[in-house]
Amino acid sequence: MAQITLDGVGHAYGGGKPATDAGYALKPLHHVWEAGKAYALLGPSGCGKTTLLNIISGLVIPSEGRLLFDDRDVTRLPTEQRNIAQVFQFPVIYDTMTVAENLAFPLKNRGMPKDRIAARVNEIATMLDLNHDLNRRARGLTADAKQKISLGRGLVRSDVSAVLFDEPLTVIDPALKWELRSKLKAVHRALDLLMIYVTHDQVEALTFADKVVVMNDGRAVQIGTPAELFEKPEHTFVGYFIGSPGMNLLQGKIQGTRVILDGQEIALGAAYPGLAAGSPVKLGIRPDYARLSTSAGLPVQVRRIDDLGRKRLAHVSLGGQPLVATVPHGMSLEGTQACVQFDPARTHIYVDDHRVEGQSLSEGRAA
Amino acid sequence: MSFVLDQISYRVGEETFIDNVSLRLEPGSMNVLLGPTLSGKTTLMRLMAGLDRPTAGKIIDNGVDITGVPVRKRSVAMVYQQFVNYPTLSVYENIASPLRVAGLPKAEIEARVGRAAALLRLEPMLKRTPAQLSGGQQQRTAIARALVKQAKLVLLDEPLANLDYKLREELREELPRIFAETGAILVYATTEPTEALLLRGQTATLWQGRVTQVGPSATAYREPDNIDAARVFSDPPLNEVSVTKAGAMATLESGRKVPAEGVLSGMPDGVYRLGFRADAVTIGHPQPGMLSFPGTVSVTEISGSESFVHVDTGLGTWVCLVEGVHQWEPGDRTEAQFDPGRAFVFGSQGQRVTAPGLAATA
Amino acid sequence: MTDNRVWDNRAWFFVLPVMVFVLFSSLLPMMTVVNYSVQDTMGQNNFFWNGAGWFANLLDSSTEAGQRFQGALLRNLIFSFVILAIEVPLGIAVSLCIPKRGWQVGAVLVVIALPLLIPYNVVGVIWQLFTRTDVGLLGASLNALHIPFDTRQDATSAWFTIVIMDVWHWSSMVALLCYAGLKAIPDAYYQAARIDGASRWAVFANIEFPKLRKVLVIGMLLRFMGSFMIYTEPFVVTGGGPGESTSFLSIDLVKTALGQVDLGNGAAMSLVYNLITLTVCWIFFTYTTHADQRKDA
Repeated sequence: MAQITLDGVGHAYGGGKPATDAGYALKPLHHVWEAGKAYALLGPSGCGKTTLLNIISGLVIPSEGRLLFDDRDVTRLPTEQRNIAQVFQFPVIYDTMTVAENLAFPLKNRGMPKDRIAARVNEIATMLDLNHDLNRRARGLTADAKQKISLGRGLVRSDVSAVLFDEPLTVIDPALKWELRSKLKAVHRALDLLMIYVTHDQVEALTFADKVVVMNDGRAVQIGTPAELFEKPEHTFVGYFIGSPGMNLLQGKIQGTRVILDGQEIALGAAYPGLAAGSPVKLGIRPDYARLSTSAGLPVQVRRIDDLGRKRLAHVSLGGQPLVATVPHGMSLEGTQACVQFDPARTHIYVDDHRVEGQSLSEGRAA
Repeated sequence: MSFVLDQISYRVGEETFIDNVSLRLEPGSMNVLLGPTLSGKTTLMRLMAGLDRPTAGKIIDNGVDITGVPVRKRSVAMVYQQFVNYPTLSVYENIASPLRVAGLPKAEIEARVGRAAALLRLEPMLKRTPAQLSGGQQQRTAIARALVKQAKLVLLDEPLANLDYKLREELREELPRIFAETGAILVYATTEPTEALLLRGQTATLWQGRVTQVGPSATAYREPDNIDAARVFSDPPLNEVSVTKAGAMATLESGRKVPAEGVLSGMPDGVYRLGFRADAVTIGHPQPGMLSFPGTVSVTEISGSESFVHVDTGLGTWVCLVEGVHQWEPGDRTEAQFDPGRAFVFGSQGQRVTAPGLAATA
Repeated sequence: MTDNRVWDNRAWFFVLPVMVFVLFSSLLPMMTVVNYSVQDTMGQNNFFWNGAGWFANLLDSSTEAGQRFQGALLRNLIFSFVILAIEVPLGIAVSLCIPKRGWQVGAVLVVIALPLLIPYNVVGVIWQLFTRTDVGLLGASLNALHIPFDTRQDATSAWFTIVIMDVWHWSSMVALLCYAGLKAIPDAYYQAARIDGASRWAVFANIEFPKLRKVLVIGMLLRFMGSFMIYTEPFVVTGGGPGESTSFLSIDLVKTALGQVDLGNGAAMSLVYNLITLTVCWIFFTYTTHADQRKDA
């Protein structure tokens, strides 16, 4: 059990301090990974999440900053001296060994007594539903089963500082993914280890993690619980990246507790005294909180309705700006004219892509 | 003018890969093949393309039997899940390759490649090689190549499966539009029900080499013909429970008796299988008209704007939908609230007897 | 894999030229050999039927031809076994020492590949000179140290020279094959092993060696065939001597068929020789394909 501290850790390939921020593959970051928690690093490809994982695992030595495991500076220590476990994107198994021997390997190498190894291997195999295959050669198994072995080997040591997962469900059949996602979640609760999970898939990240680090362009743009990322995206990128479809962003001008957009007024749930009246802002609202209606609200042009079965989403144009809104159950639409209503409490104001905290208008309303 | 599969089967040795499939595909239409891995989507596409020859049945194109005609004599383009491009050729040459093979004049090639590149927003990358492109751009290149060929039949085999979901959203929206003016028959294989719904058109659900249902995508989703089609067209998986109806009461597998309300009211007595999607079950306090099932949370999957709570109710693990992002911990005790008005009722053979909003057909 | 191609028999036309070529280059010459192997002659180009007589001779160790053939076969098998036992472990060991990246890779690979680029007879000449007792660096030095060494007089010296020569010439090939095999192992395996706390030996035994198995089978097959059909180098160095001590099958065959113009025995020998090579090839082939199937199962 340990906590991991990133003390200004940043990385630029080629070394040295880059002249501009753009030179960083990973921009300097301060963060404490708490012992026993599950974290996800989420972002599109090339966002720096793998670089960050490699820094923690020891594959990459950061060009600046310090990495601490508890109080020990491990910035320059090789992987094997860091006391971590890692699961890779593709199954890494020892062909010649049985499933049980594969799971036992990290323990055997550290000289754990045989009976304790057997007990631990059994425990992990049971968690991952591998106990029926324990005596089979690992080589002949399916990719799914092989990846489960890799997961098992990553989880088998109880004394590691952290378990790192690098997109571990890539090779898993889509139909089995949810099962493994749930397994991993349950395993985390059972084992009480610090786990860090890299993925580009929001479902995996939000499902697995207590806290998600959303990364874009080498920067950690928000670190928060899944609910925080959904309800209060601190950055427009988080609004866009979390949720399918992502958050709507509308250009407008702030006017006290309202945003003026194409001559129309939109009521907000908070006041923004810090922003000069008439200054340009972006209004953020999730499609889930923008509802189409036949009469009340702002007039919009309906361009398309997506029928997702359990819900319908309308792609509309509000004063020339695209917007996605939920179509209420049972509402029937004729023609292309409709109205849209926003839930004021769910609106957010962004300046330079960062969320501005307002002063809530109604005290005591449920968040 | 249509492309018809007439009772196609494909067997190798003892194994049946495609079992008596009949489909009718119209020019300019979007046809989704929806099914889990190994349900026969790729095999069916290979048969359509002429890469394999069906062991039984006929393929009729525009009234002409083309069953044994090899692929190179057909007007077919294919896009795969893997990004298949010529690694040493530039993006331009990659897109132009089918036209060079066809021996088109230079000016014509230039014009067509230019149009395709503009449509797929590849213009700034035309001089690069595939290795210098992102995954999304590589797949756009492969799609552009399929586009310039102006084939009558365009087969897209899970083309977006290897892309990040944001890119997937983007490209999925563009695809039908990109091919719209070619008038080609589009066939799109996917494992994801949501994708089938978003692509509109008609959906054929595949299960173990058989087509279990064909129809307009939204209709197929709301009115599955049988339990196999309903399972294929449900993500998260369909929740199921068997009931025995006798008079005004129905007995569940667990022995619990509940009033035969909702879809079961008005049904003749008998044994039925109820299938209901995650949105027919939620979590929270009992409400009038809902049936309450106590259970234990096994996991909560969060899709971004919805949470799917898997609850072990003693009648199997049910997936319950909760709007927004919420976290239930594994092991939490809770109550699944099931709306009996929103289940499909299937008979003993798996055939649908009734669906929400429909009159019973039994 | 299932056969799911569209049938088109025109492909046979493309194979036809090759079949005609094989007919003239292999099948017809082969048939003349078969012809000699079942007939005897009294000279003047008069042949008569001898049935399986020549073959019976070869298998019967009481005849002179049988004794010679079996002696050569045994020597050849021992030679193949010895060089495999040295070259395979040595090749693996060398491949493990080759750097994986950096400018050194190219340099090391070129140096290692050098012996492979030298023509067989030149290799023979090099080692013949090297081991001469009068001017050869090795031969003269050993004798100066009062270590008895003479490839012309002493069978042990001759064997030692020929084995070392083959090891020098061909271990590189095994090493290069293994190096290619090692390069194909993804980095993640090594990283996982480091994280799992595996020792160097464990990495070799559990990752590298299992992944090298396929290449090794091919390497062993190539080296077995090479050594089983070896001719030029021992012919140049020892001429098959002293006595018969380094007369391997091919040397003995040339002596029989061309030196003594014993066409019947020579033909039978070549056919049996051919049969042995084919059998070994077939065993290797079925072994490798079966290994593949086991893996798929």
